[in-house]
Amino acid sequence: MIAAALDSVVSIATVASAADPASPTVPDADPAPLLVPDEYIFDALPEFWFALVLGTLAAYVALDGFDFGVGMWYATREDEEEREQFLAAFGPVWDANEVWLVAFGTTLLGAFPAAYAALLSDHYLLALGAVVALIFRGIAPELREQREDERWRRACDRLFVAGSTLSPLLLGTLVGSWVFGTGTLSLPAILTGVGLIALSLTTGAGYLAIKTEGDLRAAMTRNGQFATVGYLAGVVVLLTVLFALDPRGITSDLQSVPMLAIVVGSVVLGIGGIALARMERHREWFASTLGLAVLLGLFVAVLLYPEVYPATDLTVSEAIVSPIALNLMTILGLPVLVLVGGYFVYLYSVFGGTVESEGYGG
Amino acid sequence: MQFGWTISVHILFAALSIGLAPFIVYFTYREVYGGAERYTHLREFWLKVFAIGFVMGTVTGIPMSFQFGTNWPRFAEVSGELIGGPLAFEAKMAFFLEAVFLGVLLFGKERVSDRQYVLSSVLVGVGAWLSGFWILVVNAWMQTPRGYEMVQRNGMEVAQLTDPAAAFLNPRFPWMYVHMMNASVIAVALIVAGVSAFFLWRERESEAWLSALRVAVVILLITAPFQAVHGDAYGRHVEETQPQKFAAMEAHYETGSADLHLFAIPKEPSAITDPRADNLWTISLPGLGSYLASGDFDEPVQGLDEYEETPPVAIVFWSFRFMVGLGFLFIGLALWGGLMAWRRSLTDSDRYLQAMMLASPLGFAALLTGWYVTEIGRQPWVVQGVLRTENAVSTGLTSAQATTTLAGFVILYVLLLGAFLYVVKLLVETELARVEGQEVDPSVWSRVPILGRAATDGGEAE
Repeated sequence: MIAAALDSVVSIATVASAADPASPTVPDADPAPLLVPDEYIFDALPEFWFALVLGTLAAYVALDGFDFGVGMWYATREDEEEREQFLAAFGPVWDANEVWLVAFGTTLLGAFPAAYAALLSDHYLLALGAVVALIFRGIAPELREQREDERWRRACDRLFVAGSTLSPLLLGTLVGSWVFGTGTLSLPAILTGVGLIALSLTTGAGYLAIKTEGDLRAAMTRNGQFATVGYLAGVVVLLTVLFALDPRGITSDLQSVPMLAIVVGSVVLGIGGIALARMERHREWFASTLGLAVLLGLFVAVLLYPEVYPATDLTVSEAIVSPIALNLMTILGLPVLVLVGGYFVYLYSVFGGTVESEGYGG
Repeated sequence: MQFGWTISVHILFAALSIGLAPFIVYFTYREVYGGAERYTHLREFWLKVFAIGFVMGTVTGIPMSFQFGTNWPRFAEVSGELIGGPLAFEAKMAFFLEAVFLGVLLFGKERVSDRQYVLSSVLVGVGAWLSGFWILVVNAWMQTPRGYEMVQRNGMEVAQLTDPAAAFLNPRFPWMYVHMMNASVIAVALIVAGVSAFFLWRERESEAWLSALRVAVVILLITAPFQAVHGDAYGRHVEETQPQKFAAMEAHYETGSADLHLFAIPKEPSAITDPRADNLWTISLPGLGSYLASGDFDEPVQGLDEYEETPPVAIVFWSFRFMVGLGFLFIGLALWGGLMAWRRSLTDSDRYLQAMMLASPLGFAALLTGWYVTEIGRQPWVVQGVLRTENAVSTGLTSAQATTTLAGFVILYVLLLGAFLYVVKLLVETELARVEGQEVDPSVWSRVPILGRAATDGGEAE
């Protein structure tokens, strides 16, 4: 099989080895001096992609999370002008943020097809429910703009808020069920969903505090502090439940050093964020809330590893695709990812600062 | 089924993005560098359509990226190594580009320089075309899989990539890509032409919409005949690489010299479900099927009788006829329009404007039926020769669940389509008021809904 693979890979092997001249070229049984097609360009490449998959998930939770937060805080504002400000803050960025979810799904499919298949088919209804919630979240503001009359706008508002609330709840539950291997209708999974709502409220308030001014900003700063406390309380409750139920022997994982660092880090960031909010350093505060989301991604990664789908004991090394495919994705894909980072820097620099109440002139 | 339905709707919006992108780039460019006011109107109008279409494309596209897992886990697992990479590239290269710069295009006119603004419109277009690129890389592989071998992994037989060049530089790909992109442009050109014709029909003096109609007609003049020539060559390629699909397209049951059925009309109802030469009235050119496939009138073409399992011939046969027939209609419309434009009398004839209005949705109809030909023509395989459709679906999925969610998605997507058309209708109404209001009566703004609705009901063929 290796020999057959070697034969057919000659055409690309030259390309691949040119791209990576430093790779070890010691073939097992074959003297051909080409890049060995059944070796990863470096040994930890599967782990690297595992990190990348969860990195895209963390990016999604951080970025679209604050969109959800905007959608939920939207429900608390009655004033039409304030609502328009929220929508103007949300308008130019949400679509790009949501693409991180597609990036997560396709990266998981590309690197760990078996895990992707198991995750989504085991959570069939949940995944489709989340998708439907996302659909409503996305189109409601678009439709709202199209007509002036009151009833139409109220209906679109309701859709928007419902979509923004259900999306993090369902997605969080999905992730919880995945990580703890407890199934959809279990306390840890649902608590994860609720926790994600609290986190989205936190990041959303931070984002809105940057985008607005005056009373609205003060209100959001206050709300954000409550939400942070709520999120930290949620984390504590979730940890307590996990210690009590101990699904798949998770307590030993939870007592590890990196896990402890993550939990302590979250508490420090949360309290630090509240302090920053009180000092009215909105940008730094918002950055700290995004840090909370990143820590949540790390939490998921540490709990999962070395498995990628605990419910069926599927490990990273079992589920990873073959070296050729992964090497190719690495060599071609990483530069693209750097580019994507560039797009986001550009996007947020174009739409930096506060929104005027009339929006971005769009 | 659910997948087939969601993809049908998604492909409409995806094609809208792909086809509309060049128009947006053109109008934006002309506006920014020519400074002509009429292009501002055109850009604003079509950008709104593009934006709502893109949002629809995103929200209908996200289910797709999950449905491989929710409904086709076996497919995802067996061919994940081959399809996952290109799909991941689609997300990273194409969707991000499109989504980020659409944000700039929609909301950033006052915030970025002219040059950046034009560049944004180009990048949105590039993103749309790249997403088509990667998805068709996947689809071309599903039609003519290469560069893989089947290996055991975790107790399952899965496809392992062995030769990326063979797998991803698939010979089918350039055919599909050119055909699909061109089809998208044709479909959108017809929409642009139809909408322009509608406004011109109401208001002959609108310079902006005359420009739009002219641009659309020119594009149709280039793309529609090209599609016919290219499609013919594409058919030959299909005959070589997927002979059973070609046989189904032509309802060619027995191996031998193949006749080409130019037109086919069923003689009796059963012919609709079972299209055979002896129960159809056809205008057929003897041997031409063979000629098209191989360049020789007597060359035998493989018939369906050589295959134990065949695609549902009737759907493929009629879809193909429908698509080709529409294609020739489009060429006719393009030539008609070209002639009138050449005589500078594009707006003189009510009949031409009405014809264009009626034809506006047909481009998308042709595109969809073409898609059905290629996808249903591959059945019973989901990956030709590798994985059968019935084996690709979820094993844990009960039929009750599948039926319920299918029904849910049908209703939801009908609503989405309805919402989209409704928004377009509102946009048209507003624009109509502007077009007529300029010359006729400025106070028409206050009467927008009534005036617009009456007009839309009377004219639009939606």
